[in-house]
Amino acid sequence: MEKLVITKEKELLLRKRIEEHKAKPGPLMPSLHDAQEIFGCIPLEVQKIISEELKISVSKINGVVTFYSRFSLEPKGKHVIGVCLGTACYVKGSQSILDEICNSLQIKVGETTKDGLFTVEATRCVGACGLAPVYTIDGKVYGHATVNSAHQELRKIIDEEAAGEN
Amino acid sequence: MKTKQDLNKIREENLKKLNLLDNNKYRVVVGMASCGLAASADVIYDIIEQTIKEKGLKDISLTSVGCIGECALEPIVEVYDKDNNRYTYCMVNEKKAKEIAEKHLIGGEVLNRYLIENFKKVTDEEGKVIDVPNYQYRIALKNCGIINPLEIDQYIGLDGYKALEKVLFEMTPEEVVDVVTKSGLRGRGGGGFPTGLKWKFTAANKGGQSFVICNADEGDPGAFMDRAVLEGDPHAVIEAMIICGYAISATQGYVYIRAEYPLAVERLQYAIDKAYEYGLLGKGVLVSNFDFDLEIRLGAGAFVCGEETALIASIEGERGMPRNKPPYPASQGLWGRPTVINNVETFANVAQIILKGADWFKAIGTEKAAGTKVFALGGKIKNTGLLEVPMGTTLREVIYDVGGGLTKGKAFKAVQTGGPSGGILTKDDLDTPIDYDNLVRKGSMMGSGGMIVMDQDNCMVDIAKFYLEFTVEESCGKCTPCRDGNLRMLEILNKITDGKATMKDLDDLRKLALMIKDTSLCALGQSAPNPVLSTLDKFYDEYLEHVVNKRCPAGVCKNITKLLITDECIGCGKCLRNCPVNAISGDVKKKHYIDLELCVNCGTCKPACPVNAIVSL
Repeated sequence: MEKLVITKEKELLLRKRIEEHKAKPGPLMPSLHDAQEIFGCIPLEVQKIISEELKISVSKINGVVTFYSRFSLEPKGKHVIGVCLGTACYVKGSQSILDEICNSLQIKVGETTKDGLFTVEATRCVGACGLAPVYTIDGKVYGHATVNSAHQELRKIIDEEAAGEN
Repeated sequence: MKTKQDLNKIREENLKKLNLLDNNKYRVVVGMASCGLAASADVIYDIIEQTIKEKGLKDISLTSVGCIGECALEPIVEVYDKDNNRYTYCMVNEKKAKEIAEKHLIGGEVLNRYLIENFKKVTDEEGKVIDVPNYQYRIALKNCGIINPLEIDQYIGLDGYKALEKVLFEMTPEEVVDVVTKSGLRGRGGGGFPTGLKWKFTAANKGGQSFVICNADEGDPGAFMDRAVLEGDPHAVIEAMIICGYAISATQGYVYIRAEYPLAVERLQYAIDKAYEYGLLGKGVLVSNFDFDLEIRLGAGAFVCGEETALIASIEGERGMPRNKPPYPASQGLWGRPTVINNVETFANVAQIILKGADWFKAIGTEKAAGTKVFALGGKIKNTGLLEVPMGTTLREVIYDVGGGLTKGKAFKAVQTGGPSGGILTKDDLDTPIDYDNLVRKGSMMGSGGMIVMDQDNCMVDIAKFYLEFTVEESCGKCTPCRDGNLRMLEILNKITDGKATMKDLDDLRKLALMIKDTSLCALGQSAPNPVLSTLDKFYDEYLEHVVNKRCPAGVCKNITKLLITDECIGCGKCLRNCPVNAISGDVKKKHYIDLELCVNCGTCKPACPVNAIVSL
C-alpha cells in the first residue's frame, strides 16, 4: 500500500476550505468532508491540520472521524466496489454477489487488495431498490445484478488494469 | 429579487407551458432520478434530444424530471399531448427511443406495445387480467415526475411558493401553526408525532434564535422516498421550511442529508441557490420583513443520526450520539436553542395544506392518520417502485393491486415495514388498513415507508439476523443494552443459523430482546429487537425447525442447507450455467445433479430454475 503523501497544494486547499467553514457555526463536519474528498482519507497528519485551524483537539477530531463510516483513516483502493446490502437487495441475493467478489479478490469486506487496486465495501442502501440487487464500481450503479454479471465486470477491470501495465 | 407580482407572472406563463397551451404539440419527459440514471435514462434523453434537433422539430418540449415512481420499468419516457393525454413508455432502450421520437413525436402514432399498460397487468389467481382501482393519491409526490426539478419556474407554475405568499402576507405565525395542527399531519419519518404540536411547542419558546431542520438522513435500508422527493421536487421542501421558519420565528434552517445521495444533494443545492436568486431565501423573503437562510449539512454514514438528538449533535460537529429526552429539541435543540425537526416527506405536505386548508387534508386518510403516505415498495414484488396512497389503504391493496403481486408467481410470505426498527407482517395482516397505530398493534411500525415483500425463498431467521447485523454495526455505543445486548442477540442468531442452538437459546433470545427494548437510551436501541421479536412471534415454527431439526426450510442458511435437484428437472441447463463453482453437471434435457462436495450452498441456482426443481433439504 502506498503511503499517503500530503502535498503542499492539497494542504493549502484544505486550509482554504476550512477558513470558509469557520465563518459558520459547526465547521468540523464540513471540514472533514472536504478533507476526505481532497485526500481520500483522514489520517492523523490531516487531523492535525484541521486541529490547528479549528482549535479543536486532535483527540476529539479523531473521535468524530472514527465514528462516521464515510470517513476513513487509510486510503482506499483505485477502484471501489460496493455491493448494496440494503434490504431490497439482500432479499434478492446480494450477499452471494458480495461473497463472490471477495472470493475472487481474496480479501474481506472493507479491505483493500495488496496491489492497492480494489477496495470492497458492503454499502448501505443506495436507493436504487427498483433495480435490486445492485452493486457499484467507482460510483456507477449496476442494476439487476447476478453473481455472474458481477464477476464479468470485475474481470473486465482486472484485464484492463493488466493491459495498462504492459 | 422577485415580488409577489413577479411570481404570479411566472406562474401564469409556466402553467401554460406545462399544459401545452403554448405553441408546443408535445411535452416529453424522461425520468432522471437515481433509478432512471442507473438504468441509463441519460442515454435515452440524448437520443430523443438529438432526433428533435436533427429533424428540426420546433413544437416539442423535452424535459428531464424526477422519479415517476415505476422504478422497475425504468428508463421511462412520457409523452403528453395537447388534450392532456399521457403516454408512458417503459423500459425504453435506444431502439425504442428512436422509434418513439420518429413515430410518435413526428408521425403522431402511439406505440401501444411499449406503453405501461402492457407491463403492469394485474392478474387474478387464474392469470386473468383484472381492472383495479387507482389507489394512488399524490400530495407529497405531486410534482415528482412532472416538473423539471432544476427549473424553479416550473415549480412556481404549479402553484409553487403560493403557500409561502399566503403565509407571509395573509397569515400570522399562530394561524399557520393552527392550520398545520388542525390538518392532523403527523411526522412521516416513522414516529408519527403530530407536526402542528411540534411547531407549537417550539414557537412557545420565544426569544432569541430558533432553528428549522429537515431530516433527510434516510438511512433505513430499502427506503428511498425522501431521495425521490429531494431529487424530483426540492422546492416543495424548501418552501415548507421557510413557512415553518415563519411559523416558529426561526431565521435559519438546515437540511441534514446523507452523503450517499449525491444527486439529491446536488439538486437540492441548486434549488437553494435558485431560491436565493429569486429572493425566496435570504434577507426579506419575497420583499417582506421576514428573513430566512437555508443551508445543507451532509451526514457521513451513521444510521443513528436519523434520531433527532443524534442528528443535532452531528450538525454541531460531535459524534452523532443521541442523548436523553427531555429536554426535547422544541425547547433545547441545535446549539441549545428551540428547534423543529421534521422529515422530508412531512415538509412536502405542508404547502398543500396551507393552500387547500386543514379540512381538505383531514378528509384524506383515516381519522387518526390524515393524508397520504409514500411507500418504497421493494423486494419480491412485480412493480417495485414508489407509491403514495391515502392512509387506511390495506396492505393487500398495496401489494397486490398497486404492486401487482409477487414475482414469478411465488407465494406471499411476509412483508417487512419500518426497516431495522420495524417488524414482519404476514398473510393474516394483509387486510389491515395501514396507519401508525394499526401497524404498531400488529407488531411492526410505519417507519419511514420502506416496504419489502418476501416470498417462500426468504428465511425469517436470516431476515432477523440481517436487520440485527445492521443495528449492531450502527449502534453508537453509548448505552450498554444496545451496544452489548444486540451483539449477544446476534451471537444467538448465528448459533441458530449454524444449527448449534438449543431451546434455551430461544428463550434467552426473547428475554434479551425484551430487556433491550425496555432499557435502551434512544429509539434505535429500543426498536432494534423488533425484527427478532416479530419473527419469533409469527414464525416460531421456522425458528424451531432451525433449532430442533437443524434445517432451514427456505434453504437460505448455508451451514445447515443442502441443495438437491428433484425429478421435476427438465434439463435446461440454466442452473448449470449460473453455478459459480461448477458444481452442477448433467446432459441437455436430462436430469442434472449437484456435487455436494463442490457446492457452496450459495443458492444462485434456485431462482435460475424455471420449474422450481431445486429444493433445499
